[in-house]
Amino acid sequence: MSDKKGKPVPLANEGLPAGERGLFCDAPPREYAPAAKIVEDFWNWARSQSLWILGFGTGCGAIELRPLMTSRYDMYRFGIQPRPTPRQSSVFVIGGYASVKTLKRIVRSYEQMMGPKFVVALGSCTINGGMYWDSYNTIKRIDQYIPVDVYIAGCMPRPEALLAGFQELKRIIRAGKAEGQNEYARNFEWYKANQKRVIKDWNMPDYNW
Amino acid sequence: METGILTRIGYALVSLFVITNYGLLLIGSMARISAKVQGRVGQPVWQPYIDIVKSTAKRNSIGHGIMFYLGPVFRLAGGVGTYMFIPAVYGSVLFRNFSDSGDLLLVMYFIFFGQLGMALGASEGGHPYSAIGVSRGLSQMTAFEVPFALSVIAVAIQYRTLDITAIVAAQQGGFWNWTVATNPLAVVAALIAFLGMSMHNPFSIVIAPQEIPIGPPTEYQSNLLGMLQTNRAIFNGAKLVLYMNLYFGGATDIVTMVVKTFLIYFINVFVGQAFPRFRVDQSIRFFLGVPTLIGIASVIIAAI
Repeated sequence: MSDKKGKPVPLANEGLPAGERGLFCDAPPREYAPAAKIVEDFWNWARSQSLWILGFGTGCGAIELRPLMTSRYDMYRFGIQPRPTPRQSSVFVIGGYASVKTLKRIVRSYEQMMGPKFVVALGSCTINGGMYWDSYNTIKRIDQYIPVDVYIAGCMPRPEALLAGFQELKRIIRAGKAEGQNEYARNFEWYKANQKRVIKDWNMPDYNW
Repeated sequence: METGILTRIGYALVSLFVITNYGLLLIGSMARISAKVQGRVGQPVWQPYIDIVKSTAKRNSIGHGIMFYLGPVFRLAGGVGTYMFIPAVYGSVLFRNFSDSGDLLLVMYFIFFGQLGMALGASEGGHPYSAIGVSRGLSQMTAFEVPFALSVIAVAIQYRTLDITAIVAAQQGGFWNWTVATNPLAVVAALIAFLGMSMHNPFSIVIAPQEIPIGPPTEYQSNLLGMLQTNRAIFNGAKLVLYMNLYFGGATDIVTMVVKTFLIYFINVFVGQAFPRFRVDQSIRFFLGVPTLIGIASVIIAAI
């Protein structure tokens, strides 16, 4: 965790064949300064009222996302709706344990999302490994690999807990504290080093938007 | 008295502003009504506004080349172009737009134009789902254009003109002069095509999130998505106004316009809440079957 101050390393994208270079970004992510206070406050309000979830169930906890769409829980009334593509979504819900294989997909999907982007981590497994704490192929703390805004503890947390978590996320966004995108860009090398430490078969670009 | 061109452009912008807001509120209220049918509370009526502000307020955006940027622009041009050549309120100076400069054929062209532009743009996105989505969208569109075109031909034969204002003028003077009373078969064919055109159930598979993810706009994000969302409102409003003008006697004031277009749009909710989704091959077979026959019958009836 101490290699935050390491000097910039070239992106591994440079190893890509010439034909594929154009398909991926060859610059690391950069930080985006917020707009003037009054404008940013309005935008943050809009962002908090229109949370589009990336419909990518990464673990068993994703099963708790489905009831949110039904009449009983009805997340639409809070301005929350599922979105099938990372390009359009603003909230990434990590649904419980993340195996190393899934982490690859999580990282790629997260990087493809447009900022500001928020991450809600669901279940104990994302916090400390949960019941998979000694498993050989799951990661224990998701916030070592991508920045997390809200944790929802439980195994499994019920849909009500998810709704409460989304309300908490809204409060954080409105307060202007949900700057995960900038945090990721600021500590890009640290995050990349952590990711590469667990993902042994790194056969993807370093950063793809 | 002839109005100056600058004044007319000003009026057209006001008219466009009104139809954009009306279209957004219409989408919001219909989502809310659908939610009530399903026993939910549903999203707020103003949710489409928030979504557009959110999309526009995104901090970064990616491009895949010039055509990728031009796709939403073409789509928006298609929506605005469709609306600009239809008189929204018959006899009104403010809402007549540029209806005297173009006729029904131009409007039909504009309806197709946006989708074609989108096809070029989405294909450049490089995502296979975009290309598949566009091809599915275009095939379904070609299929529902058949009954719609037949119905328009029937209307043109019946009124001996392609000028929309003249068609509205011919329908004035009570319900029994409306096309829905004088040539009901044409209206039936057109309304079935309308279900496909508005991409609600059972013809919603092209942009269905659970299918080939969201279809053509898979790669579109941020302000480009905001443009597509705005266009959806304008395009919806334009189609509704066109249908009202062609088949339901037009409107002589804005209140009549709102009531009639709301009721026409409501057909989508009625049908959409009662029927499940068709696959693309099923919907193409459907459109080329009974609706096309009804359309042909309406043309024959109008001709003899």
